[in-house]
Amino acid sequence: MRLGRGPKLALTAFATVVLAFVYVPLVVVALNSFNSDRTFGWPPPGFTTQWWRAALQAQGPRDALLTSVQAGLGATAIALVLGTLLALALSRYDFFGKHAISILVVLPIALPGIVTGIALQSVIQNVLSPVFGIGAGLFTIIVGHATFCIVIVFNNVTARLRRLGGSLEQASADLGARPFTTFRRVTFPLLRSSLLAGALLAFALSFDEIVVTTFTAGPESQTLPIWIFNNLFRPNQAPVVNVVAVVLIVLSIVPVWLAQRLGGADAAESRL
Amino acid sequence: MAADQAPGVPAIRLSRLRKEFAGSPPVVAVDDVDLDVRAGEFFSMLGPSGSGKTTVLRMIAGFEEPTAGAIELAGADVTTRQPYDRDVNTVFQDYALFPHMSVAENVEYGLLVKKVGRAERRSRVAEALEQVRLGDHGSRRPSQLSGGQRQRVALARALVNRPTVLLLDEPLGALDLKLREQMQVELKGIQRDVGITFLFVTHDQEEALTLSDRIAVFNAGRIEQVGTAREVYESPASAFVAGFVGTSNLLTGETARAVMGREGSVAIRPEKLAVVPAEEARAAEGQLSAAGSLEEVVYGGPVTRYVVALDAGGRLTALEQNTGARADGAALRRGDRVALRWRSEHVIDVPGAPTPELQGQGTSPQQFPTT
Repeated sequence: MRLGRGPKLALTAFATVVLAFVYVPLVVVALNSFNSDRTFGWPPPGFTTQWWRAALQAQGPRDALLTSVQAGLGATAIALVLGTLLALALSRYDFFGKHAISILVVLPIALPGIVTGIALQSVIQNVLSPVFGIGAGLFTIIVGHATFCIVIVFNNVTARLRRLGGSLEQASADLGARPFTTFRRVTFPLLRSSLLAGALLAFALSFDEIVVTTFTAGPESQTLPIWIFNNLFRPNQAPVVNVVAVVLIVLSIVPVWLAQRLGGADAAESRL
Repeated sequence: MAADQAPGVPAIRLSRLRKEFAGSPPVVAVDDVDLDVRAGEFFSMLGPSGSGKTTVLRMIAGFEEPTAGAIELAGADVTTRQPYDRDVNTVFQDYALFPHMSVAENVEYGLLVKKVGRAERRSRVAEALEQVRLGDHGSRRPSQLSGGQRQRVALARALVNRPTVLLLDEPLGALDLKLREQMQVELKGIQRDVGITFLFVTHDQEEALTLSDRIAVFNAGRIEQVGTAREVYESPASAFVAGFVGTSNLLTGETARAVMGREGSVAIRPEKLAVVPAEEARAAEGQLSAAGSLEEVVYGGPVTRYVVALDAGGRLTALEQNTGARADGAALRRGDRVALRWRSEHVIDVPGAPTPELQGQGTSPQQFPTT
């Protein structure tokens, strides 16, 4: 499609404004993490790495980072196993209630986080804690995050399975391979990159989640976003909050970027 | 393997094989089919799309479960066995090559999962690739091959396992005409060399006629006729077979009575009809003729096709070799008065009244017969 000079300029300007609206604040946060002025005077009077050193030494952000990574890895692991199995079941087999299940699986990503959060909290308070002795903490964060991480993996794997079709698995069976061998030698290798992309996205999603986490985290288990939220309005913590925010941005964006690159490269390679 | 079988035991025996797909009412894809395929035979299942031939193939491979009936392979009932427990291999229409494996790994796959030793695997893969003339392509990826080469990899991947029966599901459908003709010749040669029973599904009547020892013509889930190419073409058992295999040229009802002077539908193959000027309409001994006007002249390279509207009603297509015998000056044009002449032994009696839709199919340009 070709555009005239006028519309082209207008579109370019509009796109620039929209992108600037999204990304300039992020850049400001990043710059402020090096701002030598404690109250972030603008323009910065000078640059310093002292907030970064302070953040690295502070116990709070370090614990929170560890919790976030653990929660992300845990939720991603659960999502990989359950999301893949669900995708395989729903795309390769016919059974009663198939359509209902495929909607129920995808629903958590559409549910408002606050609803999921409240529901999970009441389960923790009324069932998990009194009956099983499992209080709010890392485990409940992982389970809460897994509810929507599963959707990401499920969607990725389902899309791949749909593109592959069933004929490769039939060919494998035709050549004498039993179902597990077929999975190991044909299905899994062809799913691998979509699993990796799904895992990266799921991790990124878990890493910056705050609403559900608020309701499922115990007092002892703060994730990075929760830590930021709790320290945002404490003036003497403000510089460190900036640093933590930058870490959060980087750790969320990199997996998404990798997942996109994987998706693109892979789509080209596996097309036959 | 084919050679180990007791003589007389068919490679494939289908007994009242039936397949219904869910729906209301259920769709009967295969309607109580009985069929014996002899060991070592090149057998084709020919029919239009939706006639049940591919469903039969998929049931033999084990991808579809029959609603009723039985499938025997070399005398053993395999009706309920899983695909990986059947001694058949399939060449898929879309080849279904594993994109993450090299050509050699694709061919090796069946041997690998059956735990054949490494040395034997290697030599058999090399042999199979050599057989399909891809000996030096083993390390390539399927995505680096042309359509014809992929087709040959699919063939090698199936043949390397030396199955009792090789199932081929329209394997040449995706190739262009030149390549398809070349692969037909190769396929026939390979089948002769390995001696494995080939069960070949196609909707292309020319392909079926040229390749097969015997052909089963499918229509609406049933087999209309089983026979050699010559039998199916020269003595079709039904109006459907007459129409589907070759150009039908059916004369029915009033027209048949007027032209033939007797009751009953007949068919005459286009290449058996001679187009002569109207004044030569008088038939000689043992010949029949009908007058009409030339409705269409289609030049097709080696042949010319004449469509003649008969005075008695109806239409016949005549096919003439462009041997140069008809001088340029004598070239026939649309609207010319002509007569068609044919020998009475070339009249095929067609049992059963044909449907109008079949007549349409028979005269469509895609049904250009072999020349």
